[in-house]
Amino acid sequence: MSMRGKAWTFKDDIDTDAIIPARYLNTSDPESLARHCMEDADPSFPEKVRPGDIIVAGKNFGCGSSREHAPLAIKTCGVGAVVAASFARIFYRNAFNIGLAILESPEAAKRIRAGDELEIAPGGGLIRNLTRGEEYAATAIPPFMAEILAAGGLIGYLQKKVKDDG
Amino acid sequence: MGMTITEKILAAHAGRDRVSPGELIEARVDLALGNDITAPIAIAEFEKIGVKEVFDRHRIALVPDHFTPNKDIRSAEQVKTMRQFAQRHEITHYFEVGRMGIEHCLLPQEGLVLPGELIIGADSHTCTYGALGAFATGVGSTDLGAAMATGEIWLRVPETIKIVIRGTGWKRWVSGKDLILYVIGKIGVDGALYRALEFTGEAVEALSMEGRLTMANMAIEAGAKNGIFAPDDKTEAYVKERARRPYRLYCSDEGARYSEVYEFDVGDIEPQVAFPHLPENARPVGEAGAVQIDQAVIGSCTNGRIEDLRAAAAVLKNKKVHPGVRLIVIPGTQEIYLQALKEGLVEIFIEAGAAVSTPTCGPCLGGHMGVLARGERAVSTTNRNFAGRMGHPQSEIYLSGPAVAAASAISGRLAGPEEVL
Ligand code: SF4
Repeated sequence: MSMRGKAWTFKDDIDTDAIIPARYLNTSDPESLARHCMEDADPSFPEKVRPGDIIVAGKNFGCGSSREHAPLAIKTCGVGAVVAASFARIFYRNAFNIGLAILESPEAAKRIRAGDELEIAPGGGLIRNLTRGEEYAATAIPPFMAEILAAGGLIGYLQKKVKDDG
Repeated sequence: MGMTITEKILAAHAGRDRVSPGELIEARVDLALGNDITAPIAIAEFEKIGVKEVFDRHRIALVPDHFTPNKDIRSAEQVKTMRQFAQRHEITHYFEVGRMGIEHCLLPQEGLVLPGELIIGADSHTCTYGALGAFATGVGSTDLGAAMATGEIWLRVPETIKIVIRGTGWKRWVSGKDLILYVIGKIGVDGALYRALEFTGEAVEALSMEGRLTMANMAIEAGAKNGIFAPDDKTEAYVKERARRPYRLYCSDEGARYSEVYEFDVGDIEPQVAFPHLPENARPVGEAGAVQIDQAVIGSCTNGRIEDLRAAAAVLKNKKVHPGVRLIVIPGTQEIYLQALKEGLVEIFIEAGAAVSTPTCGPCLGGHMGVLARGERAVSTTNRNFAGRMGHPQSEIYLSGPAVAAASAISGRLAGPEEVL
């Protein structure tokens, strides 16, 4: 399935406190978290983001805490995918584990401007910039992680394993 | 081809003779950790998997430390979820308020994390336990939920960066915190992304276990997967009386491969301060300029241990906190708190005009017990100075070791201990 949406751009080193400030972590309800998604980086974001929109950021996106509330807030507010030059590692695995599509592409991170219309090809290997008529390749995902994504996340993957093991 | 400590521990836990960087492995977990923020999601995910029991009720640690003693109704509900799960599954290592501590101070103290082990925690500072020669890494809640069910975790074997800190010419007041801030200042907040940081060299060997725990704690602030120290006599002395399980000491081979090697001399390192809003903005406190502060925090999983409190007390003894500053001191665990009482440190803090609190993460993550207002500045011995971390998005955090935080509390502005003694 391809994904299409408008780009929201952010700088380097967006940390998990910017994605979802700790002051809101006294709950793990996804809807309440989504209401504050990215608000310290861009207060208008939670209100203006539309389903399918795509976050585009510089290097080290999601650095800081291990809070899964961060990818959860992003996913719940409707964001279809996150494209970044690089990801902090715990954020990276959390996104896979909860089934949020993320794509690593330094070129895309550099070229895409706020508001560009983007399309992500099925499989997540290619990002098309419809506004600028450009294409960017994303780093390939290891097969094991693709399997997790295909199962909708780690829990889906394990449910299947538990069932298969009888 | 030789292996690094990190590779050896991962190989042993994957049931393999050897592993190489880049490989994806499924590894056995010796201990899985969760806290009041991350465990509730992990429990919900655990329950979806369809297994009835946890993999081993003695190998899970649940610590309510972030918003405890419960700061509001929602926090209370989160802790309740965790407590009931612990009761239902008869988890041995659930730590209630009054007997708890900040997780990364508590687990080493209780002998629950040991050399050669593989520890995962749904908390990014789980990397702290690398100080003991363990492979310890932070993961998310879903990972924790899965590990509680299966006792396993998928991991990518990281490349290792070697950080060598040589020399014996320590400047006065320089601590493990100053070394790690200095290193992060040099390599950057993504300088070790996806990789292991192995700390070695004369200066590192000279550090106490507390100093090493502080350094390993901040490996994540360079983006690292784990930080690790070769276990030595000090490690053994520390774990011997605490360990309740056998453990193994691993060291890197001579021919081990490193993706990069950085060498520093301890004689070049002065007490540091990391300016807002990234830990990599480190500079010597002597070059800080005139920065007025409103609050000073001494505590956290980075610097809430007894040695840290002693360093702060040495500066604060017979001194008063500046009238414009709130100094908040938070011992990392009940045991540390009691020790600080017995040594008269708490008395020094209170006489200086500080607030001393029961163990909690509290202000470190802007939770409670010292949240900052718009425009306020804090010097803090914690590990992150991201915008909004300690309160209002327009407040500022300056990271330092305990001695600098104490000296700054006295001066009312960023200051080194020498300026007040
Ligand atoms: S003290 Fe701070 S960094 Fe450490 S575990 Fe608590 S919130 Fe996290």
